[in-house]
Amino acid sequence: MEHINWELVDWSRAQFALTALYHWIFVPLTLGLSFMLAIMETIYVKTGDEKWLKIEKFWLKLFGINFAIGVATGIILEFEFGTNWSNYSWFVGDIFGAPLAIEGIMAFFMESTFVAIMFFGWNKVSKKTHLLATWLTAIGSNLSALWILVANGWMQNPIGMTFNPDTMRNEMTDFWAVLFNPVAVNKFIHTITSAYTFSALFVIAVSAYLLLKKKDVALAKYSMLLASVFGFVGIVATIITGDGSAKQVARYQPMKLAAMEGLKKGSRGAPLIAIGKPKHLKNEPTHKEVFKDLKGEDQLDVTAEGFEIPYGLSVLAFNDPDAFVPGVDDLVYGNEKEGIRSYKERIKSGKISIEALAKYKAAKKSGDTETAQKYLKIFREHFIDFGYGYFDGHDLNELIPPVAITFTSFHTMVILGTWFLIFFILVYRAVMRNTIEKKKWLLRLGVLGLPLGFIVQEAGWITAEAGRMPWVIQDLMPTFVAVSHLKSTSVMITFFLFFITFTALLIAELKIMSAEIKKGFNN
Amino acid sequence: MFEALSNENLQIYWWIIISLLGGFLVFLLFVQGGQTLIDKLSDNEEEKTVIINIIGHKWEFTFTTLVVFGGAFFASFPLFYSTSFGGAYWVWYAILFAFIVQAVSYEYRKKKNNFLGHKTFEAFLKFNGFVAPFLLGVAVSTFFTGSQFSIHKDNIVKLNSNVEAIISQWQTPWHGLEALWTTEHLAFLQNILLGLAVLVLARLNALLYIRKMTNEPNILQKVNKCIPRHSILFLVLFLVWFVRLLLIDGFAINPATQKVFMQSHKYFDNLTDLPLTLFILLAGLTALLYGLYKANFKADEKAIWFTAAGTILAVIALFFMAGFNHTPYYPSTYDLQSSISIANSSSSRFTLIVMAYVSLMVPFVLAYIIWAWRAMDAKKIDQKELEEELEKY
Repeated sequence: MEHINWELVDWSRAQFALTALYHWIFVPLTLGLSFMLAIMETIYVKTGDEKWLKIEKFWLKLFGINFAIGVATGIILEFEFGTNWSNYSWFVGDIFGAPLAIEGIMAFFMESTFVAIMFFGWNKVSKKTHLLATWLTAIGSNLSALWILVANGWMQNPIGMTFNPDTMRNEMTDFWAVLFNPVAVNKFIHTITSAYTFSALFVIAVSAYLLLKKKDVALAKYSMLLASVFGFVGIVATIITGDGSAKQVARYQPMKLAAMEGLKKGSRGAPLIAIGKPKHLKNEPTHKEVFKDLKGEDQLDVTAEGFEIPYGLSVLAFNDPDAFVPGVDDLVYGNEKEGIRSYKERIKSGKISIEALAKYKAAKKSGDTETAQKYLKIFREHFIDFGYGYFDGHDLNELIPPVAITFTSFHTMVILGTWFLIFFILVYRAVMRNTIEKKKWLLRLGVLGLPLGFIVQEAGWITAEAGRMPWVIQDLMPTFVAVSHLKSTSVMITFFLFFITFTALLIAELKIMSAEIKKGFNN
Repeated sequence: MFEALSNENLQIYWWIIISLLGGFLVFLLFVQGGQTLIDKLSDNEEEKTVIINIIGHKWEFTFTTLVVFGGAFFASFPLFYSTSFGGAYWVWYAILFAFIVQAVSYEYRKKKNNFLGHKTFEAFLKFNGFVAPFLLGVAVSTFFTGSQFSIHKDNIVKLNSNVEAIISQWQTPWHGLEALWTTEHLAFLQNILLGLAVLVLARLNALLYIRKMTNEPNILQKVNKCIPRHSILFLVLFLVWFVRLLLIDGFAINPATQKVFMQSHKYFDNLTDLPLTLFILLAGLTALLYGLYKANFKADEKAIWFTAAGTILAVIALFFMAGFNHTPYYPSTYDLQSSISIANSSSSRFTLIVMAYVSLMVPFVLAYIIWAWRAMDAKKIDQKELEEELEKY
């Protein structure tokens, strides 16, 4: 489409991805470590054992270093919807703005007020008050995740609202539906428990490093023990909710599921690829063409291959080995037998809806109520396809998420997630049997757990968000209708500004943290 | 209970909350003001560290209030959020950028192996300290002087035409920065004056707060020297801005036709038409002046509470003047009819009601902030105290 500034759309997406992914380097640690700190301090207050205070203060220092950069990278996200997704902000601000504002009022103030007491209040408030502050910091940060994921869940499964043709925007009709959106609830638990897993991996990695260096052995082991239990509970909950997530994706975003599995042609009793890789049917892309994949061109050419579990996908998606799982082709071209309408049909219907809305507005302006009502009815009948209307005249490939990216990130997440389950058990056993110091291989795997955990965190986001493409709001608003009207060079400049700044701050964070870790517990 | 309110009253209720948040934000900018003074008030590293720890214990409040201010504006008046943030792109990003570099600077400044060096992190604090209050002041001034944008809500249904589906469109390539040099009606002068006034006020409040919080004789001496100059400078800047505001043509909405038009001394009329706003403004200015009197002539530690109350009340009154009495609070000089008012930019009735219930948490939040603030400020901060402290910036 000539009148769409694709460069602007791409840079805006790139900037959002950059800022969100950077922010997500730090947030999982805040979410999980805050609870671990609260547990450590509770043990200290209950038992009066100074050892636990020492343990807590070490991790608190690392928490503080991480917290600062988490806050720094977070402020952009609160405003970026307005600065770079202006149309979106107006179109759905009625629903989307509310959870963001509630997050601020309910969670941020709690977090920032009590985090100050947690850091600086040791000599200023009583022991019990300090403990309360530590718990409230943890609760505050997790509440903040709740509201963000309510907002995000709504983008994946927009419910609890209706389109008001007079104001030309979506308006909330049911707050509880937005809050208890099944996608949001599941996503929230999946995300925070995966963050707990990551935090546990962090604590184990740092402790393993100290054990390898034979520094502060006893305190590092206690930290490891706590983290292995915390991490095990976290990963079990993550896997259960991950299964729930897959079922919701199957129901609300079938195209995302097809991309996650690289499933080109759907079938009953569909197998699940346990380990595999994406595959191009015609030509494997050269490294230069990989960028084309990122932009979502030629997606109809991509599928996947690998070791398959029979019936796995049907069970994962619908709990039924005979269930039909639609592939990319079924969704794009339709499948009459399975009752799936083609994208072509949906685009046509969506266009009718959008055009009827324009005619409704025109008729209403001229005072012709009868015509207005007629078009309003047509608009509503076709509203389910509203967003597809914007793709009239577009290449169908644009309606498919980047398959290779979605497939790879999804499988990375699942494979490593399974490994973490085993890993936490191994660590727990070794610590309990007091053999952990001798098992150098396990300690080295423990250190490796940190980068792996980080990769899984980002892979999870990429699966969820790249898989949602091309929609900012599923089936309702595509990315190219949502952007702010800016010069693409402006967004490019801010992109690099953030890239350079965040990278510099990340390097500072890592260097400071490693210096603090080397000091150990007894500093 | 909020269901009983009319749409108009719900919108008014939310404008009051936005004004309140705006008031608190401007007061809390004392943290930024303090950041601009770290060199001026200290002779050595130890003294600098004392100052940084005094204001640094409060930086998260300012930061959080800014974020909540943005979120609350998004939820209650999304058209402003989408138009201003997406339009005045460079102004808002400059402000946000200043806050990004601030957030890490306190924590990382004194840490070993911090990559950029403590001078860089101090420069970040100063950058945030100067840029954020100044540009926030400029941005608020455009509530009265206007910006150049157009809004076409119907564009969302534009398909396959030469018009993109753009709702809000900024009409200058400078995306907001033009507020600093728009000569029409001397808008730039007005905008810069308020920017400077907010900056000086932030520094003034910082001076009063630091005086309350430390016993370090050398710092106190320097603080006392700065207070009179800052008091006079603030009063001059603010009064010139304010008197001009009362005299300029303002943006007005005809209640019968909903058309926006220019009305002479509109903002003066708003004060006479809105006695409560006038009262809040006078109360605010009185508190401010009384605080300055106490600070300059009585050397009273509690002066900060009067200037704080004065700042908050005065900002609330200014927000009321900008938005009530048929006034578009974010006017467009490019297309008067695109101007944003409380009525045309608000969320739907349902969302406003939901958010009104959420706002019931605000007193609770305020209560624990006040409790935490008092607990943390019970002891003064000096070099000796910091030596005993395990955690410090």
